[in-house]
Amino acid sequence: MKTKNKDDLLKISLELRRDIIRMAICAGGCHIGGAFSAVEILTAIYFGGVLDYDPLNPLLENRDRFILSKGHASVLLYAVLSKAGFFPREELFTFCQLTSRLGGHPKKNDLPGVEASTGSLGHGLSFAAGIALSAQMDRRPYHVYVLLGDGECQEGSVWEAGLFIAQKNLLQLTVIIDHNKLQAMDRLDNIIEMGEFAEKWRAFGFEVYEVDGHDIMALIKTFTAPASKKPRLILAHTTKGKGISFMENMPLWHYRNPNLDEIKIIEKELSFSLATLL
Amino acid sequence: MRNAYLSAIYDLANHNSNVLALISDNGAIVYDKFRKDFPLQFLNCGISEANMVGVAAGLASTGKIPFAYTISPFLSLRAFEFIRNDICIQQQNVKLVGTGAGFVYSALGPTHHATEDVSALRSLPEITLITPASPLEVKKAIIAAAEFLGPVYIRIGTNGEEEIYKHDYPFKIGRGEIINEGNDLAIITTGSIITEALSVARSLREKNIHVKIINIHTLKPIDNELLIDTAKKIKVIITLEEHSIHGGLGSAVAEVLLESGCTGMKFLRMGLDNTFCKGYGKHHELRSLNGLSANHILANIQRLLMN
Repeated sequence: MKTKNKDDLLKISLELRRDIIRMAICAGGCHIGGAFSAVEILTAIYFGGVLDYDPLNPLLENRDRFILSKGHASVLLYAVLSKAGFFPREELFTFCQLTSRLGGHPKKNDLPGVEASTGSLGHGLSFAAGIALSAQMDRRPYHVYVLLGDGECQEGSVWEAGLFIAQKNLLQLTVIIDHNKLQAMDRLDNIIEMGEFAEKWRAFGFEVYEVDGHDIMALIKTFTAPASKKPRLILAHTTKGKGISFMENMPLWHYRNPNLDEIKIIEKELSFSLATLL
Repeated sequence: MRNAYLSAIYDLANHNSNVLALISDNGAIVYDKFRKDFPLQFLNCGISEANMVGVAAGLASTGKIPFAYTISPFLSLRAFEFIRNDICIQQQNVKLVGTGAGFVYSALGPTHHATEDVSALRSLPEITLITPASPLEVKKAIIAAAEFLGPVYIRIGTNGEEEIYKHDYPFKIGRGEIINEGNDLAIITTGSIITEALSVARSLREKNIHVKIINIHTLKPIDNELLIDTAKKIKVIITLEEHSIHGGLGSAVAEVLLESGCTGMKFLRMGLDNTFCKGYGKHHELRSLNGLSANHILANIQRLLMN
């Protein structure tokens, strides 16, 4: 797809945040905090010329794959897929409704562009590894991107998959961790801290890149850097709830529906009006 | 059964390069021939069953046909949620092969016994469950599973199981096989424990009591028609399984018969009743110790026929 310039990408990320708010209100609440922390990451992947995909042929054999292992950020994935042309924007506003294809967690086969049914944490990395392994076996050209949450890395299966990926040296896989330092209830540090997080992954055999997860151009540069000799992991330092002053770094906004007063602030901070744009 | 599996997967891999053999460091030595001849189709995922199942699902999503093999409880129970989410919810074409059906790994103890795998997996939508009775049936089940598009779990024993089929037969997923004709009572069974039922049938024949033996090799979907037809004609029915009676074959048969209005029969489920397998020793010794030998079946039949 055509690579967009920085201003276009910033505009896209702003529009994604607005659509996420609209969808959250339609659904009566959703995982806004963890969606907002990954907006720039997905903007870079889908609109920064990183992921090779064709929304009109979503099952092309050699398409790149993006797997949202932190499936609770489904609202972000849907907003992105719709903007990328996989389905019409109007459908976003069926989010979590009775007969919608857009559920609280993404489901493969239901909606074009969704590559894996995720939601239970610690699944996406193994699944992505299988897809990348298949490419390596058959010398196929596609690349697999998988986004994990930092809290998700408390799941043991993540590390099982990490050992496997390093052992098989899966170079057609890029692991991204949305490192927003918060999990559902509190800061990771107050629950199960990750300690030397980057060092842990390096010790597992990954080439680790640390990047500002809200700097779209830096993200694109990292994603498109020449391949290394080890599987690649991008530790994206982010802020949970990024973009809304009262949501940033607040565990409360892991899952919540904004009230009327909060909506007014959101409209102001994202420079839009729910009334006119819905 | 294990050799039958290895022979079947070898032939499949030979004919189709998309067929892959995955293991989680179990049975590595017995895979030597496969590894030597098809190194690119062999994958030892290490001791990490959940990851193996997730990787298998990912591979299947690209058109591969992975056969993920390891000891049944580690596969079906430890990796259960991966089977549920990555394979069943996503309808991925993965074949799961659980070894050590029932308590064939007798001396290894209950951690290694597969006595709840069927109950657990039978609750999952999308998956087909096959528990072959003999080496020939393992081979046929593996071939059928490879041809079938969708998740399949095949529960096999180890080596040393008797062959119960004297002739070749057409294996069809979902169809029960009548192994012995009889009208006085029926034993409905699954897996290699069928040999205990066959032994019972032989000894009762001398007393002019004729036992119908049905091999339900496919537990899901189960052969409703054959079960109902049997229950209409025969009024003493025993189910026999090397597994918990809670949620296994006995439960499945009871569900079918009761819901189809078949009543008025004497019905007994034989298997493990709210207990793990007791003891160590040899496989046949464990069947005796846990109330599942031919003698136990005979004693139950005697009681049922007298009352």
